[in-house]
Amino acid sequence: MTTTLDSPRRKASAFLYRKPRLRLGILLSAPMLWLGLAYLGALAALFVTAFWSTDVFTGQVVTEWSLNNFVTLFSDAVYRTITLRTVGIAALVTVVTAIIAFPMAFYMAKFASPRARRLLVIAVMTPLWASYLVKAYAWRTMLSGNGVLHWLLNPFGLDTPGYGVLATVITLSYLWLPYMILPIYAGLERLPNSLVDASGDLGARPFRTFRSVVLPVTFPAVVAGSIFTFSLSLGDYIAVKIVGGTSQMLGNVVYDNIGAANNLPFAATVATVPVVIMLAYLAAVRRTGALDNL
Amino acid sequence: MRLSWTTKYLLLAALVLGLAVIYFPLLVVLLNSFNADTTFGWPPSSFTLEWWGRAAENEGALNALGTSVQAGLAATAIALVLGTMAAFALQKYRFFGRNQVSLLIILPIALPGIVTGIALNNAFRTILGIDLGLFTAIVAHATFCIVVVFNNVVARLRRMGGNLEEASMDLGADGLTTFRLVTFPMLRSALLAGGLLAFALSFDEIIVTTFTLGTGLETLPIWILNNLFRPNQAPIVNVVAAVLILASTVPVYLAQRLSGDTTSGGRL
Repeated sequence: MTTTLDSPRRKASAFLYRKPRLRLGILLSAPMLWLGLAYLGALAALFVTAFWSTDVFTGQVVTEWSLNNFVTLFSDAVYRTITLRTVGIAALVTVVTAIIAFPMAFYMAKFASPRARRLLVIAVMTPLWASYLVKAYAWRTMLSGNGVLHWLLNPFGLDTPGYGVLATVITLSYLWLPYMILPIYAGLERLPNSLVDASGDLGARPFRTFRSVVLPVTFPAVVAGSIFTFSLSLGDYIAVKIVGGTSQMLGNVVYDNIGAANNLPFAATVATVPVVIMLAYLAAVRRTGALDNL
Repeated sequence: MRLSWTTKYLLLAALVLGLAVIYFPLLVVLLNSFNADTTFGWPPSSFTLEWWGRAAENEGALNALGTSVQAGLAATAIALVLGTMAAFALQKYRFFGRNQVSLLIILPIALPGIVTGIALNNAFRTILGIDLGLFTAIVAHATFCIVVVFNNVVARLRRMGGNLEEASMDLGADGLTTFRLVTFPMLRSALLAGGLLAFALSFDEIIVTTFTLGTGLETLPIWILNNLFRPNQAPIVNVVAAVLILASTVPVYLAQRLSGDTTSGGRL
């Protein structure tokens, strides 16, 4: 050790050691400038823009406060349909992923050996990181008229659903499935086996045990997963473009208003809808303890 | 746990079926990249390596690859610094507003991508008056990559506790020496894992990129989207998609080997 007790570095170190607040301030400064000032600032500015409008002739943003955008959003039947369709798709995707994820997570958490469990987690997680776009694209080829589904289902007298709302639900469920499996798996891992055994000893059949013991304990984990599936579906627009046919979602309206229509204020107004729905959802599920399961 | 054999096998069947559904579409894309038929009729009648050769010479795809790598490396570097600082602050100190700070770190990835995308687009163009380019995309990518580094470092800090650092200080090392000789070596694999995953996240991102990358520039996912609906490009799109599938599994595998700290690699 070359530093002596009274070297400047030593003194600075000792000074910082006595001042935990200062150390904390230094650590937090850069991340907070970036996220707190720049990112939150950008979000705030976006929501302010929602109350402005665009000049029809020049395409410039007019900075006058008005609720016109919100009036359009709520009174126009087209936007009402799209909002309802988006929420419906998001809810359906959440239910479908929960139904598929639960048995998978149950086997992983309760029956797989520790080694197999680790491999299964990796197996579920890897596609989570595979490109979103590639996965949506994969379903486009799967669903196409001469694609795999047509070939698989044709012998049974069925056919591919083609591109539309059903294709959107399938693709989004596929995309977000890992986001549902992982929290449920973590929740089930914490559920003591003895509880399930006790329920069986008291004469409950498997379904009764599931309904009265397993589900109540793991419900917060399911809700935690639903936060991702629901939120990600609400804001999606690319999967819809790729497999959705003509049925638009809220994200498409936002995208089209920024690109083709060049109406940023209205795009901002539409973008508040998924954010408000998500905030309401988060407030509603707060009491289940789901937020601690994230 | 005692459950009937039927239940157990039904659950196993559900798991196997679920995994099959997860991997099958990805395998179809891989197989189709060798499919000699340009409309990808299924099942493939014959296979060819032609598309892979054509893709390797496709200038648009190669340029896009270059942009993706640049954006990924720069965003990862920023995210490593900011994510680690935030992780130390939140794991080692208890302070007012701590929960709000941790919420803020998750926010860029928890909000729908389109909201983050247009918020940053609006901030760059209207408020700050910066033209969109590679730089703005890097700033945007760094914003949502911070959470991945943060989660990996927090998980490691939680596991290692503070005893060794205190022992080091007791033995006379100053803060910097302790960090260099004790803290950093224990964090190294978590930082490497976090960095790899942040790079993978940046490499795959499309929605925020659409709104923050300057015109004339393309990342690989944007190149795919731009060429998706052009029938004569379909075989090359397939190859690029196949490359992305293979490329994205490498960092996840490496990160999991380096540190098994978080179940999801810290993305959730």
